[in-house]
Amino acid sequence: MKSVCFYFTIHQPYRLKRYRFFDIGNDHYYYDDFADDEIITRLANNSYIPMADTLLDIIKRTNGGFKCSIAISGTAIEQLQMYVPEVIDKLRQLADTGCVEFLSGTYAHSLASLEDPEEFLREVKMHDDLIHNLFGKRPSVFANTELIYDDDIALLIKSMGFNTCLTEGAKHILGWKSPNYVYNAATAPDLNLLLTNDKLAEDISRNFNNPEWHEYPLTADKYVNWIASLPAEEQVVNLYLSMDTFGSFLPAHTGIFEFMKALPEFGRQSGVEFTTPSDVVAKLKPVGELSVPYPISDIDEARDVSAWKGNELQREALAKLYGVAERVSMCTDRRLKQDWEYLQSSDHFYYMSTKNLADGADHAAFSPYESPFAAFTNYMNVLADFLVRVEEQYPESIDNEELNSLLLTIRNQASEIEALKKENKSMKTNIMNSDELPVPVEVKEKVTVEEEKAPAKKTTKKATTKKPAEKKTTTKKSAKSAK
Amino acid sequence: MKALMFGWEFPPHILGGLGTASYGLTKGMFNNGDMDITFVIPKPYGDEEKGFANIIGACNTPVAWRDVSWDYVESRIGKVMDPQTYFNLRDHIYADFNYLRLNDLGCIEFSGRYPDNILEEINNYSIVAGVIARTVDFDIIHSHDWLTYPAGIHAKNVTGKPLVIHVHASEFDRSRGKPNPTVFAIEKDGMMNADHIITVSELTRRTVIDKYGIDPAKVTTVHNAVIPLNDDLLNLKKRESKDKVITFLGRITMQKGPEYFVEAAAKVLQKNKNVRFVMAGGGDMEADMIKLAAKRGIADRFHFTGFLRGKEVYQMFRDSDVYVMPSVSEPFGISPLEAMEMGVPSIISKQSGCAEILDNVIKTDYWDIDAMADAMHALISYPALHNTLRDRGIEEIHGITWEKAGKKVIDIYKNVIANRN
Repeated sequence: MKSVCFYFTIHQPYRLKRYRFFDIGNDHYYYDDFADDEIITRLANNSYIPMADTLLDIIKRTNGGFKCSIAISGTAIEQLQMYVPEVIDKLRQLADTGCVEFLSGTYAHSLASLEDPEEFLREVKMHDDLIHNLFGKRPSVFANTELIYDDDIALLIKSMGFNTCLTEGAKHILGWKSPNYVYNAATAPDLNLLLTNDKLAEDISRNFNNPEWHEYPLTADKYVNWIASLPAEEQVVNLYLSMDTFGSFLPAHTGIFEFMKALPEFGRQSGVEFTTPSDVVAKLKPVGELSVPYPISDIDEARDVSAWKGNELQREALAKLYGVAERVSMCTDRRLKQDWEYLQSSDHFYYMSTKNLADGADHAAFSPYESPFAAFTNYMNVLADFLVRVEEQYPESIDNEELNSLLLTIRNQASEIEALKKENKSMKTNIMNSDELPVPVEVKEKVTVEEEKAPAKKTTKKATTKKPAEKKTTTKKSAKSAK
Repeated sequence: MKALMFGWEFPPHILGGLGTASYGLTKGMFNNGDMDITFVIPKPYGDEEKGFANIIGACNTPVAWRDVSWDYVESRIGKVMDPQTYFNLRDHIYADFNYLRLNDLGCIEFSGRYPDNILEEINNYSIVAGVIARTVDFDIIHSHDWLTYPAGIHAKNVTGKPLVIHVHASEFDRSRGKPNPTVFAIEKDGMMNADHIITVSELTRRTVIDKYGIDPAKVTTVHNAVIPLNDDLLNLKKRESKDKVITFLGRITMQKGPEYFVEAAAKVLQKNKNVRFVMAGGGDMEADMIKLAAKRGIADRFHFTGFLRGKEVYQMFRDSDVYVMPSVSEPFGISPLEAMEMGVPSIISKQSGCAEILDNVIKTDYWDIDAMADAMHALISYPALHNTLRDRGIEEIHGITWEKAGKKVIDIYKNVIANRN
């Protein structure tokens, strides 16, 4: 019995609107809502809704004999909720069948796993909270942004409690190894690795509608037979496909939905089951460990991270963005946090790629910009404004450690004030009761309050004493009220 | 293959881009091997680079018989021409031109520039072309720009050899859409009589087809290239300045869109005070631009250099952080390529021909001041962008050679000759 796992991915970034340098400091809204709306609505109508209907139909007809998994980013969910909420309903229905497993991933489809481990953990938690909230189940299988993976990331994934991770299985990464087995991570032996079978996935995504392909046309029985006739020991085939493939890249008239509908029946006849990654790792044991010293991904010919970090522009933008990661994590401003999320989407960096030839054409096809230089300029302008806002929250002159302790004091101060008030009150009652002079006490209290306000405007740098802490509250409040 | 070329300018005595382009192309063709080129210019000075082409001066070509001795010719024009050539040419005088004002050698005087009586000079040039065409042996005629089209047509009529004309610029580009009818007529006549037309960009090709009504099959684009700068120029020292410098360099005329540069500068200066703008060059709109800069209140940061020549041009590039060419209509535009070779990132208008072949530049519409200002700001504010465009730009320019362009022209020659036979 061979197992086939389908992974359907849905991701959309928040595209940036055209943002000129003279907008920096004046305009804090960065997104091209029209483009986002248009694109996700079109994709939903052509792909997500018909594909969800197809999957629901298959699951119903096979009485749950067909299973698959879906990886959807947080930003895509947000946009669907905003523009085409019916897709969310369809996804809920799929989740309710119990035959569809939702995967874990980064919220904004970000590169945090490469740039900032702490931010990565936060992103994944945020994503999984949302999935849990919407579909009622916490993901247990991890698939990073475009399957980015290396030995260090394995440790992070393991530390979050996952025991299965999907990553890229391209030939030149694996060498002689076959992707059709379960492996385990070299650095985290308890972490099962599932690898994508690119050849079989591309036979659908690239060749299904390609009359020049020598195997054209691709039929469901032919396809299932290929899988069935793989060597007996090769037990699992992971097919990682963008949901956009179905109905958009391959329009409905190509017969792609009928192809999908026919798969389970041919599978039943030739002993091929369609299942979920959790079921696979429950059934199969790893055959060996896989060491990946340099990060890999499923993007571009090289299958590495050069699509996002290949040139100086991209590295500069990433460095500037993640340079304030710690700062932003201390902030409480919700809009700032939201922008922080959206600006991390890997797509922004993908658009800045200066690759040529086939890869370059792929990058250009998805990019809303006319050149990588325009993509960089626009992003940096937006980022410049964002950095100004971060700076406004907490001036750069205070270093992170100092700031952290100040913030801690601020957060604790509410309870402290409460305690002091109580103390004050009980003192007062004590005083009243003891019939002594009440007036001086009140006066004294006022004086202390003013004393604490006065140094607020100076920029003294004392870390842990209580006065600077009070100073922080006032500056922060004034910054907020100024907005 | 033997080619007879008619040109107007030739380095080092050049007034615009035409001379540089003709020179680069000729040399590139010669380096492809098996090319024997005779290059006619109105007035050689004797310090032109020789070896790859046989230069004949129109001003040294007799159109009326004068009984002069070898030694006399040697002493008069020996510096620029072999006396034997003079006598060969003298043997082919085809009519009596004594009614023209001639010198002691029976030659017509040429300024070799763009004088007020340019039409007369063009006509004289074509008279001379008749003598040269009868003397020199060649397979094909190649005329560079409208000034030499009549000469090319004349040579074609005399010998029956095919004519290729090279459109470096058209009257539509120069006049921003309001052509001088005489010039237009000369251009159109040249195009109609040509067996093939070479344009320096797809943009110019469209103009030739749409505005002059020429059969598209007859028009081919061969993009210009750039002659590698010598080390003297590449090693010029940057004059340090604590401000960033953004430069416009070219004739200050309607065609070059200088007002868009000033407007964009005003936008940048509103945000960023640590930048200076330089408008280098001269032209009929210079005074207007000075007034405009003053009106926008940026005169303290906006500088005019006047016309720059020779090394000064490259020193200006060297001192610049960004080069801008906002041309409204530019058939090709060689200067951004030179800027890039000097390591200066460039912003060019999409309406310039060189935008068709350059990748590592920022392209904006000439009228889109916001986009232009944004690109200026990005290049002086984000070092990564500046460095990327600088490094990749140098690399890109090294791949654009006249040899490749020359190869394309030779292929066109072969086709034209084959189709004729």
